[in-house]
Amino acid sequence: MAPALLVIGVFFFLPVLAALALSLTDFDIYALADLGNLRLVGLRNYAQLLQTPLFWQAFGNTLYFVVVGVPLSIAASFGAALLLHSRLARCPAFFRTALFAPVVTTLVAVAVIWRYLFNPHYGLLNYALGRVGIPPIDWLGDPHWAMPAIIVFAVWKNFGYNMIILLAGLQSIPEQLYEAARIDGASGWRQFRHVTLPVLAPIVAMVNILTIAGYFQLFAEPYVMTQGGPLQSTVSVLYFMYEEGFKWWNLGSASAVAFLLFLFIFCVTALQLRLARWQAAA
Amino acid sequence: MGREGEVVAQLLPEFERAHPGIKIKVQQLPWTAAHEKLLTAFAGDATPDLCQLGNTWIPELVALNALEPLDRYAAASPIVDADDYFAGIWDTNRVDDKLYGVPWYVDTRVMFYRRDLLRHAGFSSPPRSWQEWTQMLAAIERQAAPDRYAILLPLNEFEPLLALALQQDEPLLREDGRWGNFRGAGFRRALEFYLEMFQRGWAPAVASAGISNVWNEFGRGRFVFFVSGPWNIGELQRRLSSAQQDTWMTAPLPGPDGPGASIAGGSSLVVFRASRHQETAWRLVEFLSQPAVQRRFHALTGDLPPRRATWKDPGLAADVHARAFREQLERVKPAPKVPEWERIASEMRLVAERVVHGQLSVGEAARELDARADRILEKRRWLLARRGAS
Repeated sequence: MAPALLVIGVFFFLPVLAALALSLTDFDIYALADLGNLRLVGLRNYAQLLQTPLFWQAFGNTLYFVVVGVPLSIAASFGAALLLHSRLARCPAFFRTALFAPVVTTLVAVAVIWRYLFNPHYGLLNYALGRVGIPPIDWLGDPHWAMPAIIVFAVWKNFGYNMIILLAGLQSIPEQLYEAARIDGASGWRQFRHVTLPVLAPIVAMVNILTIAGYFQLFAEPYVMTQGGPLQSTVSVLYFMYEEGFKWWNLGSASAVAFLLFLFIFCVTALQLRLARWQAAA
Repeated sequence: MGREGEVVAQLLPEFERAHPGIKIKVQQLPWTAAHEKLLTAFAGDATPDLCQLGNTWIPELVALNALEPLDRYAAASPIVDADDYFAGIWDTNRVDDKLYGVPWYVDTRVMFYRRDLLRHAGFSSPPRSWQEWTQMLAAIERQAAPDRYAILLPLNEFEPLLALALQQDEPLLREDGRWGNFRGAGFRRALEFYLEMFQRGWAPAVASAGISNVWNEFGRGRFVFFVSGPWNIGELQRRLSSAQQDTWMTAPLPGPDGPGASIAGGSSLVVFRASRHQETAWRLVEFLSQPAVQRRFHALTGDLPPRRATWKDPGLAADVHARAFREQLERVKPAPKVPEWERIASEMRLVAERVVHGQLSVGEAARELDARADRILEKRRWLLARRGAS
């Protein structure tokens, strides 16, 4: 136990405590030059952040991404898992690999390709929409459509991961339960509602928690695709923190952002666990 | 960094032959990561001896006390002659009356335009003042098809607006960089001129990602003017067909009352204070500052030299597209030399984007920018006050 605790202590708790201390100062480039330029400002970083409009916009953007992206992602993963598990599926191994492939691709490389797909004049997406009569959308240039574009991209990139987990869950449901349900005359849909879903509930809850916690930490997609634009409609909390900390070197302020995000994800996860426990009890 | 990092290795063998016993190790960084990596290197006490540095980053590293002043080296050097360099460019390397870098190559912004389309609209020469420019833009827009524009000003670039702002007499920051001066008449005039281009439909309200390939679109005539830097001379020469090569030209930026100023950009060679080989680093700076070596460097990269002597080279003198840059370089102004300038320029771009999208008026934008700049400069004010008091 002790060596593991030591490693966790040194590589996790110590840096976290240091970051907390940093968030109580105004560490910036001047302090980097000379520690005499450092000022202890207490909770001023937090107070200033809560009064910064861009912080709230980043928070709103991230919330938008989570509220729309998580259900979409889990629905896509679940749908794909059901398709792969179905008796009608042909070559499930091949499709399993193909559907999982986006997860292992390099983000920067696929972002370049998706930027072409999203191109308003020459992109495939607008071409396909044009075939059904929808006028072209400026995906990455219109502040209203940039976040949906990021959501589509992120869902495509990540749904394979949860798909594998849910597929494993589906494959672990005993066949006897389905036989029993069929003998009782249950249709496919009722089998799904009363056999599949309840047995998978704990796995879905776990996937839910992991996906939400992960999606709150949205960074790579806006960093690569839109650089937070247009009009800062795709600035996420983590992107805001990256700019604050690594572009402008206000490490004190950036640490404060990190702790605020941590507090929020902590509360949301605690709420989810309580809900899951309450549902299991019911 | 960038292309220069790839090419400089070809120049070094000559230096190493002339200075036996000195070996130069080159480490390349991409521009997108260079700023962060340099600051991280400073934090980790792992700075190089000699470094290529964008000249807008010099004030930042000077604030970190990371750079070695080069005045005594430059004064004693027969090769590095301050008067031979373009004044505006040399000035970007001077912070607090000390010299911290020697210019390596220059970068500024001029107009690139389609001569044939301009002639088609009834004008035989490029505009020299804002008034002529607006006349030409209006005339082009009147004749243009709905998906064609007169000028391209990508909303993710701050350089065009900065160039217009630097053309004004009023400074962008006041009281030695303690407060923003965006409320001043100068910046407001620049912002209004910039906004007019979008309001009148002369420029599309897009970022550069919205234009799939700027060179192809320029070749297709989707826009007649765009404001860009020296690298596009080579790009356009390579990417447009030979038949199209005499349809485009460069011209210096028009100013409010005649030819105007532009941005004093480029990279310098700096020596880090922590270096234990400062003399050797200076030898390399001298080597790279020789006009003959600069000519070779220009031939390899297309980067424009910072010394008038190198510009006399027949190869450069014959390049018709580079002439506008030569003229513009005599009229360049540095951006405010405060470490926070990058951030303030970024805020300027963001606020200008909002103005273009109609979310703010020019007056509101000026006040908002001043508020943001003042907040960013708070620590600088505190430090200057403390230094003044002690």
